[in-house]
Amino acid sequence: MINTYIEMVPALLNGAKITIEVLVLSLIFTYIIAFIAGLGKLSKFRAIRVVCTIYIEIFRGTSLLVQLFWIYFVLPFFGIEFSALTAGVIAMSLCYGAYASEVVRGAILSIPKGQTEAAIALNMTPFQRMMKIIIPQAFKIMLPGFGNLSIELMKGTSLVSLITLGDLTYQSLTLRNTNVAHTTEIFVALLVIYFIIALPLIVLARWLERRASLGRV
Amino acid sequence: MLAVRTEEFIGKNAVETANPLVAYKKVSKAFGEVKVIRDLDFNVSPGEKVAIIGPSGSGKTTLIRLLMTLEEPTSGVIEINGEPLWHKEVKGKLVKADEKHLHKMRGQIGMVFQQFNLFPHMTVLRNCTEAPVNVLGMSRKEAEERAKAMLAKVGLENKLDSYPAQLSGGQQQRVAIARALVMRPKVMLFDEPTSALDPELVGEVLDVIREIAEEGEMAMILVTHEMEFAKDVADRIVFTDGGKIVEQGDPKEIFENPKSERLQSFLKRMRS
Repeated sequence: MINTYIEMVPALLNGAKITIEVLVLSLIFTYIIAFIAGLGKLSKFRAIRVVCTIYIEIFRGTSLLVQLFWIYFVLPFFGIEFSALTAGVIAMSLCYGAYASEVVRGAILSIPKGQTEAAIALNMTPFQRMMKIIIPQAFKIMLPGFGNLSIELMKGTSLVSLITLGDLTYQSLTLRNTNVAHTTEIFVALLVIYFIIALPLIVLARWLERRASLGRV
Repeated sequence: MLAVRTEEFIGKNAVETANPLVAYKKVSKAFGEVKVIRDLDFNVSPGEKVAIIGPSGSGKTTLIRLLMTLEEPTSGVIEINGEPLWHKEVKGKLVKADEKHLHKMRGQIGMVFQQFNLFPHMTVLRNCTEAPVNVLGMSRKEAEERAKAMLAKVGLENKLDSYPAQLSGGQQQRVAIARALVMRPKVMLFDEPTSALDPELVGEVLDVIREIAEEGEMAMILVTHEMEFAKDVADRIVFTDGGKIVEQGDPKEIFENPKSERLQSFLKRMRS
């Protein structure tokens, strides 16, 4: 009995490793994309705004699972082939990047116009206004939204099991196939491990929020 | 030309100097259908202190926002030291200026806002050093020296490490004045600097502005509802109504002997 459990541990840990890998890579690209698309949608150039809007609406308006299937199963027919991991990270980043870009845009728009005007009056360049005045203030407003999205993204990673990537969910399902009697224990372990992975994200989001509001009312 | 209306006639009577620091030439500004500034001619000489008074909606705030490049004129030209602010000369024709030109011109102008607009994520000192370091290219140490001197001038040398939210409105506005002064503009614009303040805090801000005015070399354009203060500080009072300068001249003359009917009724309302 104990032996059966011990035998399951390496598989689950391997799966957890893949899940964390997908998670970390997707988080990085998600927020890079979020800033590019969020700022792009505020650009004074119409063409940039249109491109960003099309991207955001397509990726917010379709299912992540379908996006995964497209990138992994359909694109190869057009000669574009990715490994399961790359395809997973691309799909996750593009999908959550679209959501996060709206967080970026909303936060930037919520900064009072007077801040930009004061920066203009001090003769800062548009780039300096954005980097020194607007984004530092907007960032604090983005954090709760980013925290939520990061946890969402973490949970969304389970979908990569459906494009043959051996993540935590995939490993659990495989284990269950050979140990149907232990279905409950396996899925309890699955829940617990996901929560353990989420925990640092939750703590980090809290800490960033607290830090960002220091010295201010 | 015979059909010049009285108000324009009085406007032309004002002091015309040979080399104005700031010159508005036939400037108009409309927001959609609403014309806020109409064909306005207006000059400010180097070092001159001009107070703009007038009913709300008369275009006085827009008048200075045009100069700070916060609003773009619909037509007309604004010049600083003879050089167009919003335009560039290309092959003898005036075309709309780019950000680079605006950046070059803007350095000569500073502004204090009604709502202070301090940067809430920076300390008082940082509020005053951010632009000198990033815009003027000063070293942080040099910028801090200059900022501290200005903050001492406005009486806030002991608040360097405070955040704006920890200060009273009057203190915030004094920081905003120091922040603008650090950039050493040739002309400083004040947009109703005491209108957002509790009555008991108005005095401390007016005192600071008065002190700066007395030092002399910097030109000032003050949009204000503080009539006594305007009379005290300004070399010239400009009364605007309906997007035009209706009457302007010596403070004493304007307040004690207003010529146009509109100024008379405005002053009566302000006094009651």
